[in-house]
Amino acid sequence: MIDKVVQSIAEALSGVRDGSTVLMGGFGAVGQPDELIEGLIEQGARDLTVVANNAGAGRVGLAKLMEAGRVRKIICSFPRSAGSVVFEELYRAGKLELEIVPQGTLAERLRAAGAGIPAFFTPTAAGTTLAQGKEVREFGGRPHVMEHALRGDLALVEAWRGDRWGNLAYRESGRNFNPVMAMAAELTVAQVHRIVPLGEIPPDHVHTPGVFVNRVVEVRRGAPWDEEARPGAPGEEA
Amino acid sequence: MTAFSRTDMAARVAADIPEGWFVNLGIGIPTMVADHVPPEREVILHSENGILGMGPAPEKGRENPWLVNAGKQPVTLRPGGSFFHHADSFGMIRGGHIDLCVLGAFEVAEGGDLANWSTGENDMAPAVGGAMDLAAGAKRVWVVMDHTTKDGRPKLVERCTYPLTAMGAVSRVYTNLAVIDVVPGRGFVLREMAPGVTLEALQARTGAKVHA
Repeated sequence: MIDKVVQSIAEALSGVRDGSTVLMGGFGAVGQPDELIEGLIEQGARDLTVVANNAGAGRVGLAKLMEAGRVRKIICSFPRSAGSVVFEELYRAGKLELEIVPQGTLAERLRAAGAGIPAFFTPTAAGTTLAQGKEVREFGGRPHVMEHALRGDLALVEAWRGDRWGNLAYRESGRNFNPVMAMAAELTVAQVHRIVPLGEIPPDHVHTPGVFVNRVVEVRRGAPWDEEARPGAPGEEA
Repeated sequence: MTAFSRTDMAARVAADIPEGWFVNLGIGIPTMVADHVPPEREVILHSENGILGMGPAPEKGRENPWLVNAGKQPVTLRPGGSFFHHADSFGMIRGGHIDLCVLGAFEVAEGGDLANWSTGENDMAPAVGGAMDLAAGAKRVWVVMDHTTKDGRPKLVERCTYPLTAMGAVSRVYTNLAVIDVVPGRGFVLREMAPGVTLEALQARTGAKVHA
C-alpha cells in the first residue's frame, strides 16, 4: 500500500542535507508552510538556499529560520514587506546573499524545472538591470532574456487537503506558488490542513496530483482557519 | 488651478475602462480605481497571486485569511471568479491576456519607458515583485502618479534616471494635472488638463515636450 503520510514534522523533514536549495510555497502568509519551515531549525540543515516569493515577516517561519543563521542565500521577488525585519537586519549586515527575480519569471523558472525545460526566453526584464549578464535574443522584433529552470532539492508546500497518494487540493489564493514548487523539487513535502481518505478529493478537484509529492503531514490550523469559523468564503472545494 | 485629487485620478482612469476588460491594478491610487467602476459595468479584476474576478474588501469581521490580493490585503471574490497558480497567473500577463495594467511610477519617459521598482539606492534591498512582468506583458500599461515629485521635479521626462522596469511600455499617464497619451514616435500628447491648468504651466512642470 502506498502511504506518503508521515506522523510528525521531524519525520517529514528527515534526510534534508546541508547546502540544500529549498523551495517554500506561499504568498505573504497565505499558503506558506510555516510549521515545516520552522521544523528545519530542529532538523538542523545549514547553508540553505531558499526560494520564496517573500523573505519572511515578523520572527516566525522563514524569518525564524533566517534568524537562526541557517540561510546563506535567498532567491525571491519581493524581500521587503511590512515586518521583514530579520531579512533587513541580515541583508544590511552582509550576512545574506540576495537574488532578485521578477515574480512571473520566478514562477516560470520553477514550472520549467518541473516540466523538464532547462531554459526559456521571456520579454520580462529586457533592457533592465535584472537582465545584466544574461543572453538576450530578439523574437518578433522584441528583445527577450534567457532564464534558466530553477530546481530545488526540497520543496515545502501547504495545501488545504491531501491524501495518502499525495494528491493535494488548495484553497483560494493559498494555491499561489505551491503547485509549481511541488513539481520542481527532488523531495516534495506537503503540510495539509486535513488528511482525507483516498478518493475523497474529487478527481476533478485535485490541483497537484500525487506524482509530484513524496511526503504529507497534517498540520491543523486553529480558528479562523477552520471551515466552521470562516465567514464569507466561497465553496469548500475551492 | 485645481489639481485632480487622488480620488479624481482614480475615477478618471475608471471612466476609461470599458466593459469586459481584464484589468490588473497596482498598489496605491491604482487600487482605488476599482471603487469607481460603475457597478453595472462588468470589469474583471486580476490579482497576480492567482485570482480573477476579485471583489472589494470584505466588511470588518468577515475577512477570509485564505483570500488576499497582491498587496496581501483581504479581498472578496465575485460570482464567476476563479483561482489558479502563479505560473498560470503570469502566463495570463505575459501571454497578452490582460487588457490593462494600472501602475504607479517614479518616472515615465516620452518613449514609454517606465521606472517604478527601484530608486537605485545601494543601502536598500531592491524588491521587484510582479512589476516587470506586468509592464512587459499586459496589453496596455497606464500609469497614475503625481505630475512632479514632492520637491517639484518632473516625473514625465525625456529619459528615465531611475532603473528601468520596462522599455516602451506605458501608453497613457494620469497625473494630478493632466491626462497624457504616450504615442510611439511622437511622445507625450495631451488628452485633458485639470481645471484651470494651462498648457504653459503644464509644460513648465514636464521634463519633455507636451504636444497639444
